[in-house]
Amino acid sequence: MLKIDNLHVRVGGRDILKGLSLEVAPGQVHAIMGPNGAGKSTLGHILAGREGYEVTEGSVTYQGKDLLALEPEERAAEGVFLAFQYPVEIPGVNNTYFLRAALNAQRKYRGEPEIDSMGFLKLVRQKLSVLHIKDELLNRAVNVGFSGGEKKRNEIFQLAVLEPTLAILDETDSGLDIDALKLVAEGVNLMRSPERSFLVVTHYQRLLDYIKPDVVHVLADGRIVESGGPELALELEQHGYSWVKDRIAPAGAGA
Amino acid sequence: MSAESATAPATLAEAFAARGLDLPTTRQERWRYTNLRALAARRFEAPAARVDVDLKVIADIPAPRLVIANGRYAPALSDLHGLPEGLRVRLLSEVRRDAPDEAAAWRATDATGPDAAFQQWNGALADEGFVLDVEAGTRVTTPLHLVVLGVEDRAERAFHLRHRIALGAGASLTLVTHHVGIGAHRHLLNTVLQVELGHGAELTQARLQREADGATLIQRTQATLGANAHYRRLDLELGGALSRHELDVTLAGDGAKLDANGVLLADGRRHLDTRLGIAHRGRDTRCELTWRGIARDRARAVFHGGILIAEGADGSNAALSNKNLLLDDGAEIDTQPVLVIHADDVQAAHGATVGRLDDAALFYLRARGLPLAEATAMLTAAFLREPLAVLANEALEATLAAALDARLAGATTQDAT
Repeated sequence: MLKIDNLHVRVGGRDILKGLSLEVAPGQVHAIMGPNGAGKSTLGHILAGREGYEVTEGSVTYQGKDLLALEPEERAAEGVFLAFQYPVEIPGVNNTYFLRAALNAQRKYRGEPEIDSMGFLKLVRQKLSVLHIKDELLNRAVNVGFSGGEKKRNEIFQLAVLEPTLAILDETDSGLDIDALKLVAEGVNLMRSPERSFLVVTHYQRLLDYIKPDVVHVLADGRIVESGGPELALELEQHGYSWVKDRIAPAGAGA
Repeated sequence: MSAESATAPATLAEAFAARGLDLPTTRQERWRYTNLRALAARRFEAPAARVDVDLKVIADIPAPRLVIANGRYAPALSDLHGLPEGLRVRLLSEVRRDAPDEAAAWRATDATGPDAAFQQWNGALADEGFVLDVEAGTRVTTPLHLVVLGVEDRAERAFHLRHRIALGAGASLTLVTHHVGIGAHRHLLNTVLQVELGHGAELTQARLQREADGATLIQRTQATLGANAHYRRLDLELGGALSRHELDVTLAGDGAKLDANGVLLADGRRHLDTRLGIAHRGRDTRCELTWRGIARDRARAVFHGGILIAEGADGSNAALSNKNLLLDDGAEIDTQPVLVIHADDVQAAHGATVGRLDDAALFYLRARGLPLAEATAMLTAAFLREPLAVLANEALEATLAAALDARLAGATTQDAT
């Protein structure tokens, strides 16, 4: 599904990712945890195709394709979805209109027929009822005036409608109270399937109480320094990230 | 003198000189960004006696509707069904014939001096226009459509229109003014609009300017608002070769409010110049002004937002926002907010920016699958749609948004033909 190999990324002359390697199989949920500044958000952005990142070494292969060679919209149409940490407010663009245009753009890319407004409305109603989202969000401008929780739920709603193959959740838990967190996690769990993989990027362990990962990675200083099962997240919760620093310090010092 | 020179009209510069007027030049501060030199050498004929226009060109404009085509009232195109009681509709030509003193009195407030030469020219020549009076306390909810057509014929012509809208105390009215170009004409339309709002009166007015690519429009709007009067206004400048609009509003009475928004869509070789002159004179008066502009190709958008809070206009509140997108190297945007305050306890904010589309928003749309061109179009449309909300009328906003979208989608201003 996704293979990141020895990825080095530079932003504004600073090295952020320094040899990150990672492999995600279909249907798996991988969690990426790490302290602030470890490069977590950079990973999400680089996978989705944000400009301003310079790949100096390494590769990203997604379903056999060179992901880094594709435009952001091509990645989306190929099934890559980034749930933004900070969903962008777009005044004047209606949420439903935007999502239908996005879905149809993806379908066009894949050679599938367009969905008309009736068909789309039906699809939306079905997704909404499953996700327990109020349909008033549909008629507002994209993310404008949404609370923090509503913005994150809107991301999950888009995820549900666009049905990607690889979903990257970039700190989707940040700024959420426990009820909002549960709703978001529930939405993600409903989307889990043998064909769909998730990369859950988070600072805190608590999201992983609700979205059970298959694999947990610790990202520190631009590299995966530790990988393990769900128990690794609990260990981090107990010991904090200073424990990680201790683990990478010898390697750094010895280099 | 040959027969030819006897019938050929004078150049615009000569026509002005014949009345003791000078065309404004870029040496005048108020005309600095709008050069009339090419216009000065052009020759415009007077309106023809009659104009033939097919009704279908305005089929999308509902009744009640009043139409002027090439400077002449067009009864066959107008439809006064559903005109509410309490709204009196006259033509300037009628008033000049039946009550010449009344018509003459309207010119008393006209500006003088070299900056207002077009207005003086209009004062001398205006022979048609819409004269609307709403009785005190009458609330008119059905929008009235005022249509001014520029129609291609064998000559280039100059038209002088003067409209007047007066609302009595507590009256309300919703108006939509359409400037529509039929065919590839190059006429000059010189318009003065006077607005007088009585105590607590409410006027909502949208102006949709989609004139022909060769048209020249010079318009001056001067409004005076009584105490607690409320003027909502939207100007969509989507067409024409040169369009200059001076919007002068005096918030005379205490508590008067102005919400005026606008869109300048400058593409091709269009030159769109909007100049606001808002004067707060009453206490606790408020204005909120939101203009959005884009310039692409070799077009130019000019915006001047002048706000004066006069001595004694204490407690006034003024907010001006002018944001612009500059989309091509050959295009130009000049924006200038000017705030002058002579009163106390005033809140005033103004901002003007010229920038590009928001990269974060563009990426967000692309990350959901929208190709770059589609994402750009979606953001541009949204950017320009923002001012429409000023009308507080969903049906009207939807109609105008559709006109804006159609224009952005590449439809020319000649669609009506």
